[in-house]
Amino acid sequence: MVQKEIQALIRKKLRDYAMYLALVLIMIVFSVLTGGSFMSSRNIANLLNQTGYIAVLAVGMTLIIVIRHIDLSVGFLSGFLGAVAAVLLTRFQMPVWLTILAVLVLGAVAGFITGAPVALLGIPAFVSSLAGWLIYRGALMLVTAATGTIIIPNETFNDIGNGFIPDLLASDTFLPGLHKTTLLIGVVVIALSILAQFLDRKRKLEYNFEVLPVPIDVLKAVFLTGVIAYITWILAGYNGLSWTFVIMILVVIVYDFTARKTVLGRHIFAVGGNPEAAELSGIDVKKITLFVFSSMGILSGLSGILFTARLKSASPQAGTLFELDAIAACYIGGVSAAGGIGSITGSLVGALVYMSLMNGMNLLGTDISLQYVIRGLVLVGAVIFDVVSRKQRA
Amino acid sequence: MNDHILEMRHITKKFPGVLALKNVTFSVKRGEIHCLVGENGAGKSTLMKILSGVHPRSSFEGEIVFDGKEVAFNRIQDSEAAGIGIIYQELALVPEMMVYENVMLGHEIRKGIALDVHRMIQRTEELLKLVHLDIPSTMKVRDLGIGKQQLVEIAKALSRNVKLLILDEPTAALNEADCENLLQIIRELKGQGVTCIMISHKLKEVLSIADTITVLRDGETICTLDREKDAVTEQILIKHMVGRSIDAIFPSRETRIQPERILEVKNWNAFDPRLGRQILRDVQFHVRKGEVVGIAGLIGSGRTELARSLFGNPDGYILSGEMIFKGKPMRFTHPRQAIRAGMAYATEDRKRNGLILIQPVKSNITLANLTAVSNRQGVLSEEQEVKIASGFVRSLGIKTPSIEQLVLNLSGGNQQKVSVAKWLFVNPDLLILDEPTRGIDVGAKCEIHTIMNELVIKGMSIVLISSELPEVLGMSDRIYVMANGHITGELTAKEATQERVMELATQY
Repeated sequence: MVQKEIQALIRKKLRDYAMYLALVLIMIVFSVLTGGSFMSSRNIANLLNQTGYIAVLAVGMTLIIVIRHIDLSVGFLSGFLGAVAAVLLTRFQMPVWLTILAVLVLGAVAGFITGAPVALLGIPAFVSSLAGWLIYRGALMLVTAATGTIIIPNETFNDIGNGFIPDLLASDTFLPGLHKTTLLIGVVVIALSILAQFLDRKRKLEYNFEVLPVPIDVLKAVFLTGVIAYITWILAGYNGLSWTFVIMILVVIVYDFTARKTVLGRHIFAVGGNPEAAELSGIDVKKITLFVFSSMGILSGLSGILFTARLKSASPQAGTLFELDAIAACYIGGVSAAGGIGSITGSLVGALVYMSLMNGMNLLGTDISLQYVIRGLVLVGAVIFDVVSRKQRA
Repeated sequence: MNDHILEMRHITKKFPGVLALKNVTFSVKRGEIHCLVGENGAGKSTLMKILSGVHPRSSFEGEIVFDGKEVAFNRIQDSEAAGIGIIYQELALVPEMMVYENVMLGHEIRKGIALDVHRMIQRTEELLKLVHLDIPSTMKVRDLGIGKQQLVEIAKALSRNVKLLILDEPTAALNEADCENLLQIIRELKGQGVTCIMISHKLKEVLSIADTITVLRDGETICTLDREKDAVTEQILIKHMVGRSIDAIFPSRETRIQPERILEVKNWNAFDPRLGRQILRDVQFHVRKGEVVGIAGLIGSGRTELARSLFGNPDGYILSGEMIFKGKPMRFTHPRQAIRAGMAYATEDRKRNGLILIQPVKSNITLANLTAVSNRQGVLSEEQEVKIASGFVRSLGIKTPSIEQLVLNLSGGNQQKVSVAKWLFVNPDLLILDEPTRGIDVGAKCEIHTIMNELVIKGMSIVLISSELPEVLGMSDRIYVMANGHITGELTAKEATQERVMELATQY
């Protein structure tokens, strides 16, 4: 009985869960191939920090692709804004908070400028953002021309990309060697996720929505709890949660909430689903387009800060191909190229899948040329799977 | 029977849920001009699409004999190869290419592997002479007026040695001089042995050119009239076109029309910069509170354009004239303003621009009024959304397994109800319904009509745009008829008959 339900469920929800399964599968395969070093505390912490700056871009790119556009400029924009941050910190001795604020504001302006010809004149986003790609690349070279790579001596700033949250509950006797604050956060998150699932089920029953059979819901909760617990355990065994990870998760929470639970999010998905119908329903498609591009700009700035802080320097090559990594993460994460469909959490998982693949292959010492081929195959495989599974369900 | 170039026998074509053609028989004599007339949806275009191979052989029943042989066209290329040329209302020319490139498109003359431009231009100029078009064949099509483009399209068809030329409403977009010119050329082509089938809504034009006229109605051949034997007048044609009794029963209602005018439009003109054409001319009409005003007219008469020009003008027409809405002069520049002021417009094509098919019923219903289901910070209340959506699903009888169901999985009638629910949720004073029952089954139609009646009794005003004459006649308190961007007449429910409306609709 349960087995049958599970089978039916798998068929129906295959698309929704495939990404998570793929991620787990990739992790297991690499763990085996690397003799466990893939899942070591140190490497997982490293992987999450690597994912951070791409995931942040992928979050913004999700909304861009949802409204049927593309933004190629974000890679060099984040490189350029990272260099701006470096200049502000070193040459102008600006405080860190002001530097971050300035970079985010600049990012918003840059995104608005990329989006304006798209929204107001109907210029294809490909062209408008390709122009941005060229301009920001030039700007980045210009900023770093005099000095070459700009080294950032500011430790506070560099901690954004390298540091970890402080362990407020540090103790040498209780669970030595583990990051207690991280453990506590893990426990709280597990409790919240179980509570959220329970409330969600209750609410759905109240509204007579379809719910999963109890054993499957329990199974899901157990699985999720297991994953969070395991990751928490691994991270606590190293230095705990990194600032990059915390920032990435905060961005995902804010954007996921906006996308699913607010009027603004509904308008964005309506514009993506059918721009004409959205316009005739009183939604200002131009405004939405400008907003989504501006938000992309802000996230490019954030991505630039994370990357620059991680390398403790701004280089003339910073940001190269980030835009394509972010776009790939979105497609792997189930964003539809036709627009209107996609989720922030999906793109996060897409970014994790993509970066795990790179990280794992690097550990194995796979030749870089082969790495590109495999990344390409995974991307096209994910999109084919996406399209085919959608067709079957329709 | 050798004098028939074309015989289509017992053609039956089904679309999902609709029987488009029922056992239609249609014969065309060699060398004649044969006009095909009928209301919107009578099946004229479907019949021509079958003939030209747009609908492949396997998708319909019946047989086609062309030029003495039974034929089975599966693609347009098949019918072209047999000598049938079809010219659609929307011209199939490439505007950025030169006249000769368009005329020779797909039939280019080559010298070795390269194009033989010289011979192609020569050939084009011979063809242009046939249609009396005195233009250099190296002009870009974009720079020609629509009338001349039409002639280029004919030259293109002639370049393929057509035996049978089909014209689908060739004069709909032309001014009077261009019309007359075109008709003259068709007559000349007939003299040179080209047989011609022409679909037209303009009955005067039909009478001036046709040798034979076939009338279609509701997917059936009503009659074929021979001008030499039968006496044909506009009245006779109209009678055949509409000659059904109003068998559909329309729910009756008590009228509670109040004298207050909710909408008044005066000297309303619209120019479409994209088409480069005036699409509305001196339109004048009004709607009272609690009234159903019907707008009848044939396709392309400007009804939808009128609605859209009033509802925030999303197409960017250049407008002039006066609109008074709820007693105040208004001019909306975005649909949002119109909605806020109390006007709603349910589009004619719910799939293309009415609904978001990949989203659930629930979000479609609340889309136009999300502020009503969210708090001040813009966070949506799921509880409210569910309540509202479930309420409409119940009150309008929308058949869906759940409000989370994607709209694309619903039937046409239920999709239409979702569209109506969406606009009822903004609680408008004036609701414009553009083809609200197109393509939906009889039961759902009746339910939509009942909903309309309930709304006007509550004091809402409705503008009903419909191509189905019985619907306009059965539902409206007053009817305006449009043709070619004008309002050609106003009829009360009592004086309106199908014949009267059709007469006004075919005036231009």
